[in-house]
Amino acid sequence: MTTRYTKSHEYVRVEGGTGVVGITDYAQSQLGDVVFVELPPMGQTLSKGAEAATVESVKAAAEVNAPVSGEVVEVNSALADSPSLVNEDPSGKGWFLKIKLSDAAELDSLMDEDAYREFLKAVS
Amino acid sequence: MEDPPKEVTSLENCCRAREIFQVSGQRGLGSAVFAVGHAPLSVWPGVLMSECQATVIDVAVRELARTPLYDMHRALGARMTGFAGYAMPVQYPSGIVSEHLHTRALTGLFDVSHMGQAIFAGSHAARRLETLVPGDIAALPLGRMRYTQLLDAQGHILDDLMVTRLDDEAGRERLFLVVNAATKRADFTHLAAELPDCALTVLEDRALLALQGPKAAEVLRRHVSSAAAKSVSAMPFMSAKSYARDDVFFIISRSGYTGEDGFEISIPATATPGFAQELLAEADVRPIGLGARDSLRLEAGLCLYGHDINRTTGPVEAGLLWSISQRRREEGGFFGYEQVKRAIDHGPARLRAGFLLEGKAPAREGSEIVTLEGQTIGRVTSGSFAPSLGRPVAMGYVGAAHAAPGTQVCLIVRGKPLAAKIVSLPFVPHHYFGGD
Repeated sequence: MTTRYTKSHEYVRVEGGTGVVGITDYAQSQLGDVVFVELPPMGQTLSKGAEAATVESVKAAAEVNAPVSGEVVEVNSALADSPSLVNEDPSGKGWFLKIKLSDAAELDSLMDEDAYREFLKAVS
Repeated sequence: MEDPPKEVTSLENCCRAREIFQVSGQRGLGSAVFAVGHAPLSVWPGVLMSECQATVIDVAVRELARTPLYDMHRALGARMTGFAGYAMPVQYPSGIVSEHLHTRALTGLFDVSHMGQAIFAGSHAARRLETLVPGDIAALPLGRMRYTQLLDAQGHILDDLMVTRLDDEAGRERLFLVVNAATKRADFTHLAAELPDCALTVLEDRALLALQGPKAAEVLRRHVSSAAAKSVSAMPFMSAKSYARDDVFFIISRSGYTGEDGFEISIPATATPGFAQELLAEADVRPIGLGARDSLRLEAGLCLYGHDINRTTGPVEAGLLWSISQRRREEGGFFGYEQVKRAIDHGPARLRAGFLLEGKAPAREGSEIVTLEGQTIGRVTSGSFAPSLGRPVAMGYVGAAHAAPGTQVCLIVRGKPLAAKIVSLPFVPHHYFGGD
């Protein structure tokens, strides 16, 4: 199991050929109380960097981009009733969607955990 | 209608501002995200701050003005934001929703020291001020306050403000003014230029605290002199008193911007950290940031200057006619009277309205308002999740023919229509104190 991170604070946790996508703990802390998450339809094909979801906190809306290309095979329906899961457990129950990776090599362009930690030190 | 805020389509603006701010509007999680009643931050030319919302990073905080409570905010773990040139707390660690609900249930302490305070004095200060505002200042008794607006010659709103009548001094009437932070320099310049026969003293060395919520009176009476305690509890909404405690001179008004009972307390800057700590030591009091201040005032249906009212809106269409007395409506004698009178006599072309959204997705400032038939009738000027209602609400202007409560409309968010209904304001009932 590998987890990779983007500079826009999404993560993708790869399990087999599928990536679980969400936002990092840093991102949820910057957003504050999440009140709504708009998820893409199942079956949609996303390319790396394209808008995959929108997350709304009390004060603002932010776009969540696909860290990797592929087809949306599952979305987290629990977020409809409990958007605060994104704050409470961003890397666990607060995941957004699952993507069937179309090009696993794209992962090489993303940061691993150590690199993301260093990146955070630079931006925060 | 004001031009709608544009989405931040390029990251270029954000990158240009990045040394100072992490910026975003509707786009880009990476550039993080706070739309706190974003008054234009004109200090950084070239960056359209009214279109981007800013989160200050630590480096930038040092370049912003500070209130006397800056160190306290940092010590309390506040996330600071640039607002009207000041480093202000947007939220504390518990978060906006929790701060909002705490204020409605118990009491919150807000630092609003960035706002402008001044004494306006002259032999006929009240009558003179009336030439710039439509509110009835001449009839204002000692210790009472009014909400009014500074209007330009077209009847548009330059700012909204609170005016309190203080004791006369040496035969001169004295009015205490509290104005918005982003507009204070322009307001004071305008007052000095238009009314040079009166004396305007800007109170640079005073801070302003707001203590808001159902426990505010019970708390505050423990922190004024014993002689003042009883009168603090008995003060009705929109009244004010001056008190000295030891050598500290307070101006306390029963007023606020949350819809709750509460007080605004003007206090010398040097005494502010100690007094704020005293209030925060109370079990019922928690510090509240600008984020919850904005959601509280939105639920209370109160206008935010620069958003719901600005230099393109007039008081009548903004639903502020209640703040213009019958005498002033008839006599006029203020900038923009002709336009205001026309709006009163013929009805304004558009009206500020409240929207209750049916789903969970909020509509933000700039969202188009359309009829069920798809006709555009206005734009949202404020919109957010309403913590006390657990659902999103918005305010905006619509053509007067469409403004009746109960009207079904759609708010366009990211290209999709969200169902909403026009409702009367406020969204959450006010709990003002009428007096014993």
